[in-house]
Amino acid sequence: MTYLITKVKTKKGIPIVVKDNICTKGIQTTAGSKILEGFVPTYDATVIKQVKKAGCVIVGKSTMDEFGFGTFSTNCAYGVPKNPHDLTRSCGGSSGGVAGYISASKTRILGLGQSTGGSISCPASFCGIVGLTPTYGLVSRYGLIDYASSLDRIGPMAKTVKEVAWLLSKIAKYDSKDSTSIKTKPQDYTKFCGKSINGLKIGVPVEYLNKATKPVRDKILEAIKKLEKKGAKVSKISLKYTDAAIPAYYIIALSEASTNLAKFCGMRQGLQEEFKGNFNEYFSRIRSQGFGREAKRRILLGTFARMAGFKEEYYIKALKVKTLVVKDFQEAFKKVDVIMAPTMPTIAPKFSEIEKLKPIDCYKADALTAPVSLAELPHLSVPAGFVNKMPVGLHLISNYFEEGKIIQVGDAFER
Amino acid sequence: MKINKELVKKVAKIARLTLSEQEVKQFSEDFNDILQDFSKLKKINTDNVEPSFDPIAIQNVLRLDNVERCLSNSDALSNTKSKENGFFKGPKTI
Repeated sequence: MTYLITKVKTKKGIPIVVKDNICTKGIQTTAGSKILEGFVPTYDATVIKQVKKAGCVIVGKSTMDEFGFGTFSTNCAYGVPKNPHDLTRSCGGSSGGVAGYISASKTRILGLGQSTGGSISCPASFCGIVGLTPTYGLVSRYGLIDYASSLDRIGPMAKTVKEVAWLLSKIAKYDSKDSTSIKTKPQDYTKFCGKSINGLKIGVPVEYLNKATKPVRDKILEAIKKLEKKGAKVSKISLKYTDAAIPAYYIIALSEASTNLAKFCGMRQGLQEEFKGNFNEYFSRIRSQGFGREAKRRILLGTFARMAGFKEEYYIKALKVKTLVVKDFQEAFKKVDVIMAPTMPTIAPKFSEIEKLKPIDCYKADALTAPVSLAELPHLSVPAGFVNKMPVGLHLISNYFEEGKIIQVGDAFER
Repeated sequence: MKINKELVKKVAKIARLTLSEQEVKQFSEDFNDILQDFSKLKKINTDNVEPSFDPIAIQNVLRLDNVERCLSNSDALSNTKSKENGFFKGPKTI
């Protein structure tokens, strides 16, 4: 099964599978791209140091959409992971290899995923596992191969909320090597497991429910009933800038991606050839060979959005809309402790269905994960049952640095 | 706005990508679909709205100007095939 790009011989310890855009000393790290084939980092990312210290051993580096560019893990240069629940369906993206591997494994296994626009929640939902995306800056990005630096986040994935909470406790620490790392007091997030949710206020955005297919929506309505039985006070809320999040997210993310990927030019690492022609000719040739189609599409769109003449209309406008999306959530958190919604509007689609989608349709599949990604809020996807034998994910969102609350609700829901 | 093949070629040149004719055609079509959808942002009133770079206040990070261990020269060059006298060797610029 194509869940791993690089398999690692393990010693004794807690097995962990790592997304291949996180640098691992002495182990090839490709970010799912041919342009980085053969790149062996000489240092560990901060999160890798932390999980090793906690007793974890890396079992492999997972397949992923090239540089994280995808919602279905179908833009992979090293094989497309298939959903363990139905091999004709997607694992979700872009941390699809991590989610697929954990879901297929019969024993306890942890994972380190990474999200820019929903890349932990989406595959967690499609594969029926748990995935947490922490507040931006809570977990160090040092040693992560960037997609969009202002939005990228590394987060834990596992089969249970408690395991995810444990792993988060090990990686949520200040790191002076990451200039956007935030000084917070380290804490044991497992203490939020087993806590009562009696009286906790949960808001369900109507816009999110309306975007889900009926069978998925029904599962979420069942989840609401279950949480109400446990004492939560559930009410409907409105997030009126929901539809604006996708274009704003994509414009910002792709603008940053196009600058981050400028450094890959066949000179310092990965794909390299004999120098023929001048600087520009060589770089253009290597980049055209090494990047896959979606990477090229995103680099071009990002370059366009930043070009003189278009920058105000696209990039700056998107950043202003981001302000409105952030305010939308802040207003909601004045009324509720946690927001709950479907993680994805559908169950995992079939590869035959994905093939027919246009790029814009693929981007629109991020409708429910783009807003929280843009707002940089913590979110947790937990399994909420099955539709047609395929897992459905329940999304729990909290305010900045309130990971404890979504762990508390997620754990209560799991029981 | 309408994206034509010439604009795609111009952007590709800036991004240091060489595209086949088929790619130019495909990307022109994709970009029209995508940008048409993204144009819905124009309808949102953002008068007097400041752009957000980071919703969480981030402090500027400074450290003492002390010598610290960093990547060694051989480690920095360990992934390249083209090096000379401890430097990366690149293609000619002129």
